[in-house]
Amino acid sequence: MTVAPADQAPETSPPQAPPAPVRWRPGSLEVLTVLLVVVVLLRGQLVRLFTSPAMATWATVFVSIVVQAIPFLVLGVAISALIAVFVPPSFFARALPSRPVLAVPVAGICGVVLPGCECGSVPIAGGLVRRGVTPAAAFAFLLSAPAINPVVLVATAVAFPGRPEMVFARFAASAVTAIVMGWLWLRFGRSEWLRSPSRPDLGGLSKWSAFLASARHDVVHAGGFLVVGGLTAATMNVTIPQHWLSAVAGHEVIAVLALAVLAVLLSICSEADAFVAASLSQFSLTARLAFLVVGPMIDLKLFALQAGTFGRRFAIRFAPATFVVAIAVSVVTGLLLLGGA
Amino acid sequence: MNSLAQSVTLLLLGGVVLRISLADVYLRYVKEGLRPYLIAAGVVLVVVAIATMIRDLRADGPADGPADGLADEAEEHDDGHGHSHRGPSIAWLLTLPVFAIFLVAPPALGSYAAARSGSAAVQRQAEFAPLPHADPVAMTNVDYATRAIWDKGTSLRGRTIRLTGFLSPRPAGGFYLTRILLSCCAADGRPIKIGLDGELPAGLKADDWIQAEGQYTVRQDHNKATRETIVFLTVTSAHPVTPPAEPYE
Repeated sequence: MTVAPADQAPETSPPQAPPAPVRWRPGSLEVLTVLLVVVVLLRGQLVRLFTSPAMATWATVFVSIVVQAIPFLVLGVAISALIAVFVPPSFFARALPSRPVLAVPVAGICGVVLPGCECGSVPIAGGLVRRGVTPAAAFAFLLSAPAINPVVLVATAVAFPGRPEMVFARFAASAVTAIVMGWLWLRFGRSEWLRSPSRPDLGGLSKWSAFLASARHDVVHAGGFLVVGGLTAATMNVTIPQHWLSAVAGHEVIAVLALAVLAVLLSICSEADAFVAASLSQFSLTARLAFLVVGPMIDLKLFALQAGTFGRRFAIRFAPATFVVAIAVSVVTGLLLLGGA
Repeated sequence: MNSLAQSVTLLLLGGVVLRISLADVYLRYVKEGLRPYLIAAGVVLVVVAIATMIRDLRADGPADGPADGLADEAEEHDDGHGHSHRGPSIAWLLTLPVFAIFLVAPPALGSYAAARSGSAAVQRQAEFAPLPHADPVAMTNVDYATRAIWDKGTSLRGRTIRLTGFLSPRPAGGFYLTRILLSCCAADGRPIKIGLDGELPAGLKADDWIQAEGQYTVRQDHNKATRETIVFLTVTSAHPVTPPAEPYE
């Protein structure tokens, strides 16, 4: 009697039970160990690969984008994990207006309170959506927070001395763009585009364990996408010749588009972009405003982070729409506040 | 990537962040002001890595097996089959900055980056305090360029100026004394180039760091297309120096 099941088990269980076939392949930890050993053994060759000035510059820019972003990413992930574990969903239900149309502008303006740059806002927005905040409001927060917080506004004021209208224009254009995008999502957005932010199943864990699980998951996840963005941005940073820019600075319309595209490609932190905009002095203020409004909302690094958090189907729709709305709002704001060209 | 490998990756990442921010290496990539945040972030990463590792090892199950019930692997289950197809497989990329920092430790930006863009515009300034009484007076490239352009050199005349920077080739011949200006990280670095008039010691090449002393001169290079203005210093003495710990301005 005991023989039959014992005979059957080896035949039927391998295809059915998931753990069995896994024994045939190495686990991630083994792969990681082998990878470490290989990299250390090939160290000489790897270092030689980076001796040319172009490759060295590329590596420096890549590393600095990642290093610069890590504190903000960790902060954002920590806040997101705190929200996930310690803030009950009912808090947001009470804090935000129940009508989504009103919740969007409120959430957009709440972006003022998050000091930091864009890398932190993506995981936080993901955490908000998980906590039942209407996605449109979370997106308004996602877009506005990196652009209108005090640190960024002060940096803008320092970079454009004697031009307070630039600070105001940046604040207004960024807030309006964020709110318009929130409303556009309410009107046209479909929930099936949105992969609900993946998350660890926190049920049954203690609060501390849940916090840790959530934090590790988010750092590893968002960090991976940050690396994708950093690789692309470093490549663009090192390959786009600057004299291309000078060639288009004279054309007002093309200049706006050129700087908007540049903001996407360079993926500069929103706390630093004002200084770069200030040094693009051959461009009109409106074109530079477009640079400052587009950059914190959509760039290569952010696209990667958004695709990672909310899904690719979301990102390929949301990103171009953000790009277009940001440019349009910047141009109108520029005409109204910065005296046109 | 399974849970334990994720923790190990985080540990490595936190480790390299701490390693570069406790030494001066981080100054090649970011501003000095970011240091406390880098250290804090590094500590958080290490703590999270170790705490999750302990939790996983205690929890049960073979750590190198598939997800088997470990909470964080929920999304791998979403796939229906297998693991490490999507989701956390992106985590493998996090090993890239670890290797890049740990093995290659890319150098600070130098003459290659400087040659790629024009000298940064300096901010207009209305009033200038007199220079300190030291002789020679050590200045930053930005201060020198700002005074040369917006003060028309008034506060610089009659003084011996000392500038420190690396050499980058001037297309029309000779060298600039260059510093890279950072606002946040090396991705936003912009060069400030000062033209060097007069004799330099023989044998200097691009990317050599020098300390140059000399006088203000009215000579300037103008580039209409980029609206770039490069000011000059008439060098009376110059000698090579070791690169400073903080290579940027």
